[in-house]
Amino acid sequence: MARDGVVEARGVGVRFGGVSALESVDFTLADNELRCLIGPNGAGKSTFFKCLTGMLRPTEGDIRIRGIDCVGAHPHQIAGLGVGIKTQVPSVMNGLSVRENIWIAARRLNTTRSANRIVSETLERIGIADSAGDLVGNLAHGRRQLVEFGTVLAGNPWLILLDEPAAGLTADEAERAVAVIREMNERAAIIVVEHDMHFIRQLANTVTVLHRGRILTEGYVDTVLRDPVVRDVYLGKSQ
Amino acid sequence: MTSRQLVLSVVIAAIVMFVLPVFFDVLNLTTYAAYALLALSLGFVWGYGGILCFGQTAFYGLGAYVYAMTAINLGEAWGGFFLAILIPAIFAAILGAMMFYGRLSDVYLAVVTLVVTLLLFRFMNTTAGPEYVIGEARMGGYNGIPGFPTLHTPGNPDANIYDEELYYFTFIILFVCYLLTRWLLGSPFGRVLVGLRENEQRIELLGYDVRARKTAAFAFGGGLAGLAGCLYANAAEIVTPELFSLGLAAEAIIWVIVGGTGTLIGPMIGAAVLGHLKFVLGLQSIKQVFGKENPLEATLVFGMILVLFVLFLPRGVVPSIQGWFGRSLVGRFKSGSGMRRRTRSERARNGA
Repeated sequence: MARDGVVEARGVGVRFGGVSALESVDFTLADNELRCLIGPNGAGKSTFFKCLTGMLRPTEGDIRIRGIDCVGAHPHQIAGLGVGIKTQVPSVMNGLSVRENIWIAARRLNTTRSANRIVSETLERIGIADSAGDLVGNLAHGRRQLVEFGTVLAGNPWLILLDEPAAGLTADEAERAVAVIREMNERAAIIVVEHDMHFIRQLANTVTVLHRGRILTEGYVDTVLRDPVVRDVYLGKSQ
Repeated sequence: MTSRQLVLSVVIAAIVMFVLPVFFDVLNLTTYAAYALLALSLGFVWGYGGILCFGQTAFYGLGAYVYAMTAINLGEAWGGFFLAILIPAIFAAILGAMMFYGRLSDVYLAVVTLVVTLLLFRFMNTTAGPEYVIGEARMGGYNGIPGFPTLHTPGNPDANIYDEELYYFTFIILFVCYLLTRWLLGSPFGRVLVGLRENEQRIELLGYDVRARKTAAFAFGGGLAGLAGCLYANAAEIVTPELFSLGLAAEAIIWVIVGGTGTLIGPMIGAAVLGHLKFVLGLQSIKQVFGKENPLEATLVFGMILVLFVLFLPRGVVPSIQGWFGRSLVGRFKSGSGMRRRTRSERARNGA
């Protein structure tokens, strides 16, 4: 197992009937790397994300997470490796309190006692300790996003997959999310799927641009965003 | 559950247990307690596990049949008593594994479980012939199995537990099962189960195997229902295919809706009250009112009750009362809705 390959994807393709959503995508994520996956709507970002999380089985290609073959694995098996996953729509347990949401995440690998401790720490880290007892369903969208960050954090993952973490956040909340993601990055490699350019600039790191199911380019965020081809793709001027 | 709550629930249960026979016939009460256990099992799998099982009666009827046939073959009760829990639980585990590993969605799950109980209903109705026999026990077809040994003091098959004793025995079993279910819900397994009801995908993405957990919860519910069937068989002293019928399957659902999903005490009260209502309706008092030969069908009344509840008290009796009184006695001590209640009281404390 190579030291520098937390995630190794080789020739990943997904076909829905005759439509090719993803074609021969090669992707490598190094240890402790923070990578943004960007591209216009329909570029295949979410499809690729679903392949990584086991929600979708790629039609072809090979995905390895820390050397373990993950094609055809169930989401709980991938999460069980120590991978934290946040989906596009906030996926939280609305009928439970903030504390219980995070407790359930913390309890999987810990005893009840240390789970309780992790919950208090996590609540502090993401700054929602004041609403610990509130029903998550009663919280505003931005705070529910934070709760989901909390459930991801509480599992103490070494790889984190985030699908559009900035969707629907206010500027303040987005800033908070950036801070949380940066903090997570100290302990874990992260893949962020996002199309909010402002958010990506704040996170500022290596980006991979997907377009029409293929990787268009890869590089440092400023270089890539200055690339005329990428700008065309985003503004819809190309061809 | 704190030790104070435990003591209090024991006291309340004891008072209820001793007061009820003053007003009602003990044989009826025994039947209602068996119904309540069936409702408890459904309240658990549906209200907490989020598994809408329309055929919980499959395990109930199976428990009754297993008990009756084992008791006939062994000539004593206790082997049957334990098998009546074990076999429905195993059956539920197998059925549950097929459904959950097969990723059946909610509606199909309800249909499949209903079909299972109706298949058993049809099958048991066709077992009249002498070829349908297990050991010495004939399955009896439409007429069912009468005259099997009933519960007795362990080791002494002649010292039968009946009448008042059977009522107390059934009530205590019901209470123990209630405590056991509450304990299970308070355990990490139970809390993840409630999380699963709230958001299956989230639980899965946290690394929990949803399919295995749902199967385990379903098997636990099946075991409880089987035990309820065994207790019913002892009260009725006959088991018939009616235990698997559509009518009873629907009634169980109505008990839980009326009592309130998301609590344990609600479905139990719903079962006992509606069980008594059915008994009263069965006395044909309605016939006297209308002066006709045909009594008013209990099903019709139950249908009306269901419609009224869905329209006006969709959460059921117990959750609504809890909502009105906040942290009242009912909410604090007696109800089984550990998780939800804690969140509600936490909200109250935070002034939200």
